[in-house]
Amino acid sequence: MGKLFAVILTVIALLSAIPIVTHRWYGSGISLAPPEDISTHGHAIDEQLSETMIEAGLSFLAAQLLLALFVWKSADRKGDDKIKTFPGGAKGLVIAALVLVGSEMLALGVLGQKAWANVYFKPAAPDALQVQAQAGQFAFYFRYPGADGKFGALHPDKIDEGNSNFFGLDPANDVDSRDDIVSGELAIPVDREVHLLMHAKDVGHSFYVRELRIQQDFVPGLDLSVHFTATKAGKYEIVCTQLCGLGHYNMKAYLNVLSQADFDAWLKQKASEQ
Amino acid sequence: MRTKQLFLVALAIMVSPALLLAAGTVSGKVTYTGTPAKQKPIDMSKEPSCAKQHATPITTETVVTGANNALENVVVYISAGGPDELNAPAQAVTFTQKGCQYIPHVLAMHTGQELKVVNDDQTSHNIHPLAKINREWNKSQPPGTPPLSEKFDKEEFVPVKCNVHPWMHGYFAVLKTSHYAISGDNGGFTLPNLPPGKYTITAWQEGYGTQTQDVTISGNETKTVDFTFKAKPY
Repeated sequence: MGKLFAVILTVIALLSAIPIVTHRWYGSGISLAPPEDISTHGHAIDEQLSETMIEAGLSFLAAQLLLALFVWKSADRKGDDKIKTFPGGAKGLVIAALVLVGSEMLALGVLGQKAWANVYFKPAAPDALQVQAQAGQFAFYFRYPGADGKFGALHPDKIDEGNSNFFGLDPANDVDSRDDIVSGELAIPVDREVHLLMHAKDVGHSFYVRELRIQQDFVPGLDLSVHFTATKAGKYEIVCTQLCGLGHYNMKAYLNVLSQADFDAWLKQKASEQ
Repeated sequence: MRTKQLFLVALAIMVSPALLLAAGTVSGKVTYTGTPAKQKPIDMSKEPSCAKQHATPITTETVVTGANNALENVVVYISAGGPDELNAPAQAVTFTQKGCQYIPHVLAMHTGQELKVVNDDQTSHNIHPLAKINREWNKSQPPGTPPLSEKFDKEEFVPVKCNVHPWMHGYFAVLKTSHYAISGDNGGFTLPNLPPGKYTITAWQEGYGTQTQDVTISGNETKTVDFTFKAKPY
């Protein structure tokens, strides 16, 4: 019976190795790997996740196989046999394991924060394209500063969704806001850094684009920002990953990565619609 | 002699309903002066099932205009002087959600009249009339569900929004009269079947508010009442 347990343990351990082995088969649909990365910073995050996966995976495998080995060896104990204990007691081993696992975790954290800080602590380039993102129940809206390069001030009391004034602009009195471009999709040029200025209209939301390896919460009352550079044209989904209410399941938008020429045309078209 | 009496009686029977029904009509046109706000195309990219129903994007409908400065979607109704109406019309009015848009944009109804809300879309809607005098409610309506049935008890202009699609916007005009009309694409309206009397006619536009005019109907006549709203560019 004990030997059967050891065999089951081994089988479980080996099956768990499948996601570890396949975790970098990006876009294959077979593994748990995310779709192909389309950002300049994403490879560092993928690298870090991969490292974590391999180290944690190998440690897990080793621990499970070792456990199976001991179970196998200690199985089928006769009634009068002495209970086997680890030679020299377990104290030293437990301390060694703690130190080993602890330093491993610490190392992953210290190395991993480099990839993270590169996105979140490094400021955006001054010439990055500034786009404002507003999350509200249950849609994202994006605002471009228009020809004057200036965002008009926000007046929450002026928000009038039936009039497509989602940001609360005051074009009657505020000249800066008259050429602001508001869109329901986030169009950006390829290979240019984008500085996304984020605020929430009501409750907490989150901006998540798997292909960009970006996930950042909107927090009511805080002006947060992320910056990224997309390297591949295409249409990608932006989803809200913070449960924000009844319509949360339907809160999404599209990220449209365009060539510079297509982006200019898009912006011109949108400007004419405002 | 007998035939003459019969003839007179017959004449009286034929004429009396016409006298009782002597009904005037108020008709007119709603126009604007100035520059109305530019209507913006609605970005529905987040809801592809709706976006594909519109070959060209639909626009906002805060001010809908026609040729010759005609102003559409103005509710014109008898606000005073009309007969007391205790019973609401038995027939329901219908408010349809189609292509992530409210049709019609402005729906008038009698207090207590049945309101049917229909979802013609492949997506869920959550209709939310922002009533202040009536009871406020909001109801989720997944695709394929039967029409919702509701009613409003008090007179009020209620803005309506969808809790799922922020751009969806409309109005319920809940009135205490069945004598109402909504100006059409030439700005015109007609209020027929008005017994003789003195009336106050009110015109309401969602962004420009209300205007009133008094009119007296003294028989089988048609009176013209025109309204002009001052438009603002923003």
